[in-house]
Amino acid sequence: MELGKLPGFLARRVVKAAIVVFAIVICNFLLVHAAPGDPASVMAGQSGAADPIFLEQLRRQFGLDQPFHVQLWLYVKSVLMLDLGFSHRQQMPVAVLIAERLPATLLLTGAAFAFAVVGGVTLGALAARQVGRWADSLITIIALTFYATPLFWVGLMLVLVFSVWLEWLPSFGMYSVGMNLTGIAAIIDVARHLLLPALTLGLFYLAVYARLTRATMLEVADQDFVKTARAKGVPEGRVQRAHVLRNALLPVITFAGIQAGQLVGGSILVETVFAWPGIGRLAFDALLARDYAVLLGVFFCTSVIVVLFNLGTDLLYAVIDPRVEVG
Amino acid sequence: MLDFWRRYRRNKGAVVGLAILICVILLAALAPVLFPGSPWDMAAAPFLPPGEMGMLLGSDSLGRDVAAGIAHGARISLMVGAVSTICALSVGVTLGAIAGYLGGIADDAVMRFTEFFQTIPSFVLAILLVAIFTPSIGSVVTAIAIVSWPPVARVVRAEFLSLRGREFVQAAEVLGKSRISIVIGDILPNALSPIIVLASLMVATAILLESALSFLGLGDPNLMTWGFLIGTGRSVIRIAWWMSVFPGIAIFLTVLSLNLVGEGLSDALNPRLAGRRAGGAP
Repeated sequence: MELGKLPGFLARRVVKAAIVVFAIVICNFLLVHAAPGDPASVMAGQSGAADPIFLEQLRRQFGLDQPFHVQLWLYVKSVLMLDLGFSHRQQMPVAVLIAERLPATLLLTGAAFAFAVVGGVTLGALAARQVGRWADSLITIIALTFYATPLFWVGLMLVLVFSVWLEWLPSFGMYSVGMNLTGIAAIIDVARHLLLPALTLGLFYLAVYARLTRATMLEVADQDFVKTARAKGVPEGRVQRAHVLRNALLPVITFAGIQAGQLVGGSILVETVFAWPGIGRLAFDALLARDYAVLLGVFFCTSVIVVLFNLGTDLLYAVIDPRVEVG
Repeated sequence: MLDFWRRYRRNKGAVVGLAILICVILLAALAPVLFPGSPWDMAAAPFLPPGEMGMLLGSDSLGRDVAAGIAHGARISLMVGAVSTICALSVGVTLGAIAGYLGGIADDAVMRFTEFFQTIPSFVLAILLVAIFTPSIGSVVTAIAIVSWPPVARVVRAEFLSLRGREFVQAAEVLGKSRISIVIGDILPNALSPIIVLASLMVATAILLESALSFLGLGDPNLMTWGFLIGTGRSVIRIAWWMSVFPGIAIFLTVLSLNLVGEGLSDALNPRLAGRRAGGAP
């Protein structure tokens, strides 16, 4: 795309993202009202149901005695001002709770994503160069296996092997308790805790990206410009890297955007298994306590993260691939 | 039919998948015969390793038989997978047919709606739905159906778009058939094969989703499920590995078999594509 057209393209994508975010807020609102029982007690969570003062305050804030559209407006207004409600159980605003946990989740999903993309593209490229040989079959079998395995079970099995039997890696948390490490030692400590959860979350997507890269590389390899490059005498390794792989990466970027939502959803399971202190674990604890305000907040925040990520991949795609239509 | 089987048989993986699937269905059907009585009842001492005291796959923290839990759980998993897929199919096929056949504004509206559902983190939405509407078999099935219809709508729309301009549809229009009877009687039967393939993969995804929900404690509290078994095994994995290992293998085998069957169906229903797929579509 010509760089001059980029601002217009960007503006349209931002508007689209804003509409999606708005729709999510409405979705949350409808869920609160569709739930059995009084909306105020849903927002307060079961634990808050016993406190009439808090319920009264919620009713006033969200105008629950007012007509439906006024309620919707009050709800949208409060969410857009980043007021995601108050967790009665934890005695903290939901927005603060989520903000505290966000870095841990971003670290986990980021690490898992990087591992999946790098590993998946490498394996897929290898498989494409070896079509029909044993390495190719092996990679296809690995991909099929991880397609069919529940994420949380993979996590448990890794804990069983690497923490319980081999005792190599810690099985829960983000830091070693009571060590007060600083500097490099602290980073290594977090990395050791990160390894198993990131591996668990990443393995499924690694399988997805490996299959995708393999398929697109085989498709691109047949095209004329690749034959031309070979005919010119470009060395085979360079043909594969600079001509085939580069073009095969585009669908991987698109797919990464589509999968972002699932990656975030998967992090809830992985954080539950490994007691990783992120928003997934927060959601699980809220689930046990039926703290709906927190659950609704987590749904809103994870959706916004996915929308932002999609915006990023759209932009990246437009910059990398000049053929993308401005539309 | 025989021809169909001959084409299906060519895919070795699909035959293996079908065999595993039949075993799982038999296990589910024969669960009350093989393991009479409730899977919630205490059958032996707690934490017995596999093979001891007639506990083929060991016993759990309350002395319940893990093998009985897996057999009874198979019924729930297959049932949830099938019912939620049927619900998701009916929503997806209806919306996809409207979008593809009518086109224009209807198409635009339906596709924006579908895109919205594909953007939001579907697992988080499923958790929220089950939590708010209290965990029960009904809310679990509904939640899974709500998050899994979008791919169906997309596939059906694409099929309808390509079929609606064909001559047999024009012929039906000229004959004065109503729109609904054209959609159901003429176009839909021709769009069935991708829907069937997709359905088998959706049952697999639904089983994975159900197990994840019940692992988080969102399963129906009265029903024994595979996810629940793994969830109870999680906290005692250091002393009783069998409690989480075996139910996981059951999920893996069932989902794998459904994926393999899906691939086999796809090869058998689209014989022309089968050769190309061997070259490696994802």
